[in-house]
Amino acid sequence: MAHDHNPAHGASGHGEHAGGHHVMPLSVYWGVFLALVVGTLVTVWSATIDLGALNVIVALVIATAKALLVVLYFMHVKYASKLTWLFVASGFFWLLIMLVITMNDYISRGWLL
Amino acid sequence: MATTHAVAPAANGEKEAKSFWSDGYGWKSWLLTVDHKRIAILYLISVVAFFIIGATFAALMRLELATPKGDVVDSETYNKLFTMHGVVMIFFFLVPSIPAILGNFLVPLMIGARDLAFPKINLLSWYIYIVGGALTLLAAVTGGIDTGWTFYTPYSSTYANGQVALAAIAVFITGFSSILTGLNFLVTIHKMRAPGLTWFRLPLFIWAQYATSLIMILGTPVIATTVFLVALERVLRIGIFDPALGGDPVLFQHLFWFYSHPAVYIMILPGMGVISDVIACFSRKRVFGYSFVAFSSMAIAVLGFMVWGHHMYTTGQSAYASMVSTENTMLAAVKVFNWMATLYKGEIHLTTPMLYALGFIGLFTIGGLTGLFLGIMSIDLHVHDTYFVVAHFHYVMVGGMVMAFLSGIHFWWPKMFGRMYPEWWGRFAAINIFVGFNLTFLPQFVLGFMGMPRRYHYYPEEFAQLNLLSSAGAALMGAGYLIIFVYMLWSVKFGLKVGANPWKATGLEWKIQSPPTTHNFESIPVVDEEAYDYGRGHAKHGKEASVVR
Amino acid sequence: MSADHTHAMPAGVLPPVSHHFEDLAQQEESEKLGMWAFLVTEVMFFGALFTAYTVYRNLYPEAFMLASSSLDWKLGGLNTLVLIVSSLTMALAIRGAQTSNRKVMLGNLVLTMVFGATFLVVKYFEYAHKYHVNLMPGPTFDVAAFGEHGPQARIFFSIYFAMTGLHAFHMIVGLILMAWIYKRAAAGHYTPTRYVGIENAGLYWHFVDLVWIFLFPMLYLLGAHTSGLSGGH
Repeated sequence: MAHDHNPAHGASGHGEHAGGHHVMPLSVYWGVFLALVVGTLVTVWSATIDLGALNVIVALVIATAKALLVVLYFMHVKYASKLTWLFVASGFFWLLIMLVITMNDYISRGWLL
Repeated sequence: MATTHAVAPAANGEKEAKSFWSDGYGWKSWLLTVDHKRIAILYLISVVAFFIIGATFAALMRLELATPKGDVVDSETYNKLFTMHGVVMIFFFLVPSIPAILGNFLVPLMIGARDLAFPKINLLSWYIYIVGGALTLLAAVTGGIDTGWTFYTPYSSTYANGQVALAAIAVFITGFSSILTGLNFLVTIHKMRAPGLTWFRLPLFIWAQYATSLIMILGTPVIATTVFLVALERVLRIGIFDPALGGDPVLFQHLFWFYSHPAVYIMILPGMGVISDVIACFSRKRVFGYSFVAFSSMAIAVLGFMVWGHHMYTTGQSAYASMVSTENTMLAAVKVFNWMATLYKGEIHLTTPMLYALGFIGLFTIGGLTGLFLGIMSIDLHVHDTYFVVAHFHYVMVGGMVMAFLSGIHFWWPKMFGRMYPEWWGRFAAINIFVGFNLTFLPQFVLGFMGMPRRYHYYPEEFAQLNLLSSAGAALMGAGYLIIFVYMLWSVKFGLKVGANPWKATGLEWKIQSPPTTHNFESIPVVDEEAYDYGRGHAKHGKEASVVR
Repeated sequence: MSADHTHAMPAGVLPPVSHHFEDLAQQEESEKLGMWAFLVTEVMFFGALFTAYTVYRNLYPEAFMLASSSLDWKLGGLNTLVLIVSSLTMALAIRGAQTSNRKVMLGNLVLTMVFGATFLVVKYFEYAHKYHVNLMPGPTFDVAAFGEHGPQARIFFSIYFAMTGLHAFHMIVGLILMAWIYKRAAAGHYTPTRYVGIENAGLYWHFVDLVWIFLFPMLYLLGAHTSGLSGGH
């Protein structure tokens, strides 16, 4: 079937609601895609420059930004319920707990207390 | 008032009323069931079976420890015994017990739902549990493991002989049972509460299950990955924990305890949920400080993830990290005061569930307080890896969790089976177990403080008397468990038949027939009552109840 | 035929609401929440490996940089782009379901699978190469190739294979899932008012992409500023 019943198809405006569900405009998807590709290229390029300790930070910041784009737009979290936000945030918060407290040990090994 | 219709109680001698028990006979109707109540019964049978296996290992250990010499088994066998005792009791009894049996049975009933959100995944959970359990037992009989349930590297990953890889895979698989149960409960409690059943009208048992489920889904994946890495190391020798390559054994411990500390809250929170419901019912009073108990359950789930370093004070983590861990550990909440306040001026009924609940309060307090001692780095350095630790965790796990489990099983038994257990024998066994338990483990605090290390099967003469006392206590306690097992089995066929609400308790589960029908409710109830509306004690909003029954 | 959105799918194809749910809304909300809860477990599952990586990288920075340079960043980068495209096509497939556009939905599902398979093929070549030059973690590891950093380089490769291996396993599961979703989509199961199934599959797929977004710089680009982008071997 080649019919498409959504008049907003292909338009760059905001998507209409089909049955209460938010339809992301195509422009948003393609925009996010482009941003992800650019982000990847920038990541590779910045990795070739010796920024010392900043290399890690730059790479992580870009990766986090890419991740946010995927989560918010591809995974529709931007338009999801508060409960979904809570679950998503909790997942990353707990990951942070594990990383931070573990690294807390290693970083402080040399400290004299 | 709830609008469900309670079926008239079946009188003695009548034909069995229609219930989930009579809804299909034969293997297939049970092994392919998606009814949460039948799955709960499947878990009841298998969890109890594993308890018996774990208890057998314990019996052999206490037999050995009755005398100072190592004359019953050799060292390696003893190491395998305590390892299997730990693995079986923790992963196959303590973690699943209340959630998988009482949680599965009661969560839908308490919230006015017809089943959990994902019934087939519920059944899958059970099968995964069985497979994991079978593999663990296979590991035990084909060489065993002697690493301790804690699997510390590099002993477990490189040097141990035995079935470490198989056991690691078994634990890995079993973890998914836990994860799926937790996931099921979380979604069910969020999405399937009956109309009018707001969060703060829920029984505290549900709050406890919710907090437990959070821990299950956040913590279990980490241990899954960790034991999987150990298995990889054993089989492929990848060298991730091998010190010869620069691998760090302490990393294993960080990852292991990230789950295993919150795991103790997986084990105790459901018990606390049971206690809240039981104490309220047999004091005929609302739980004092309902909101506080609900919030503290959630707080435990969160804070419990930040203190695992207190298991690692002596193993090489930094002093700074140890200090932070001590600080965080001191923040743990204490709900015992709420239960005491609930009891105060209540109309106390000393039924079997209540006896266990009271025992829980006393014993868990002792266990919990000794946990605080251990949580303080300076004290722990003296008692780490001694019998003080062993006594502490048995007080919270057996004196706490098992008591709560028995309390809950007795409380909801008539609902599950439509028949009452014999009350006199119930009280007798409860007292028996209480006395036996204290005889077993109280001496161990002293032993630990005197310096007796754990995980040894022989010891100096000076520890002999207390060890003998401890072993005698274990025998007494074991007799108590046996008595329960016998009369519970007896009651399934011959116990007094009961109606919907033999305890006159509040809660949606008591408004339907005992045992429930397959679909639980004829029509989904609409709730407009507060929780624990016993007519006594302060309502959630601070108003004194006007009716005193 | 009526002008409503579901005219492409014959009535009666959609499964009824499961009996334990009150209505479709409750069922769909539960299914979505269940998927998110599952993804939270996956975050922690991979998270343990991220933690191991972070610990060892902090302990052995030079060894990790050196070992990382022996990975082929071009293939890694290609795979990153492949996954990003597959996420786009996945999102477009769901949009096709939302807008009752069967061709868009099915076509993009196929593309998603094609890109997913491409990822795995590239991965296979990478692994095969590592096998040939004795860089598999284990006793066959060519410690000497990394001089004094040999043993820790072996740890790097243990982590590399554990993380990318686990990720690849999730990709394979994802492909199987997509094939199943395609079958259901072709049978008309997804309509603008009822598409939780394909949406959930999309969530899983995007998650797997997310993991790789972090894996790529962490594993492939550590040594890029030292040796330049030599392309690894």
